[in-house]
Amino acid sequence: MKNVDDPKQLLVSAIESGTVIDHIPASTLFKVIKILGLDRIRNQITFGTNLESKTDGKKAIIKIAGKFFEDDDINRIALVAPNAKLNIIRDYQVIEKRVVEVPDTINAIAKCMNPKCITNFEKVTTRFRVVSKKPVALKCLYCEKITDQERLEII
Amino acid sequence: MKPRSLVSIDDLTTEEITKILSLAAEFEKTPVQDILRGKVVATLFFEPSTRTRLSFESAVNKLGGKVIGFTDSSSSSVTKGETLNDTIRTVNNYVDLIVMRHPIEGSARYASEISTVPVINAGDGANQHPTQTLLDLYSILKTQGTLENLNICMVGDLKYGRTVHSLLMAMSRWTTSFNFVAPEELKMPDEYKLYLRNLGLDYYETADLNEVINMADIIYMTRVQRERFSDPMEYEKVKNAYVLHDHMLSETKPGMKILHPLPRVNEISTDVDANAKAYYFEQALNGVYTRQAIICTLLGLK
Repeated sequence: MKNVDDPKQLLVSAIESGTVIDHIPASTLFKVIKILGLDRIRNQITFGTNLESKTDGKKAIIKIAGKFFEDDDINRIALVAPNAKLNIIRDYQVIEKRVVEVPDTINAIAKCMNPKCITNFEKVTTRFRVVSKKPVALKCLYCEKITDQERLEII
Repeated sequence: MKPRSLVSIDDLTTEEITKILSLAAEFEKTPVQDILRGKVVATLFFEPSTRTRLSFESAVNKLGGKVIGFTDSSSSSVTKGETLNDTIRTVNNYVDLIVMRHPIEGSARYASEISTVPVINAGDGANQHPTQTLLDLYSILKTQGTLENLNICMVGDLKYGRTVHSLLMAMSRWTTSFNFVAPEELKMPDEYKLYLRNLGLDYYETADLNEVINMADIIYMTRVQRERFSDPMEYEKVKNAYVLHDHMLSETKPGMKILHPLPRVNEISTDVDANAKAYYFEQALNGVYTRQAIICTLLGLK
């Protein structure tokens, strides 16, 4: 078993196979859970938050047993956890490491910051084209206004 | 298949724009035709805009079509709390094309996604008003004979002016140089200047109209509105600096034309109206031909 001597890893128990998402900012953990729909699946999930991290301040970690994500799905969390790292686990071994990347389009998870936008008046699924990835800037396909990182809100 | 709508000027390729403009020229020659016989067009005006609505209705009537609709939301089911989604799903059963004006930004794009018939955006809040841009382009092409190598002088409220932003974006498809004349508080936003710089197009900013007026092929006037100023004193200082008078036109280029999206308040003195360079009322007439061309293009009738 890898990392068995690392007391920090032991705060959240190891999984036999599945996905570990590390380096999530503690402040956005629940947004990540929501974006990935982890509150609606039946897999075993353990998470830890407000863990000390040398690089990120307070971080969070999620371990999802028996779950593997498509790139398109996992990249959706890049908006709130841009430095997240994925460890894909099989037989207690990390078989692959992945980083997340902001996708070219963002649908259904971000809120348009323009109070006069139709998406804030009617039940319209928000759709954005990503015009900048770092810092994130999203152009609404409806009102054509830019929502930037500072004003970014997750629905 | 999804019907073709016109929501934003960016929905059209340059070739499509050119095609619409030459079709508008055809309609100018023969404005009364029977192309839309049996067709019904809805004008859904969720906020009043008499000029735009009459222009569309004239365009449809001259082509033998019928118009149904409402002129502001107080006389429609919107006051009962109906969503835009439901209004569009209902109305698209009755008509062949929807012309929509709505105060909420993005409403036209949303309507075009729902509708089973083409939607023409006749203004969605501060966002887009593509038929205005096309009629501006038609007016420029008709008076200058070309859209290449022109100097466009934009005057007044360049910060909030939806029409000048759309016209700038549209004209940047051709080699155009721009002069921006505006008070400090209403200057052209940086994003548009950056856009021009990236395309290698020239622009110059000034607060003094007289400095650049003689270079212009087109002067595009807009209204400087009191409510745009955070400081009313600032408005009092500049309100007369952006008014065009006949005596200012003596040294301007002979073929220069003055455009204005109308309604005018006082930014063009009435003594300009008699000058051959005044073009804003003809521009309004061009709107009818341009809208005829747009409607027929979207319906695939030309």
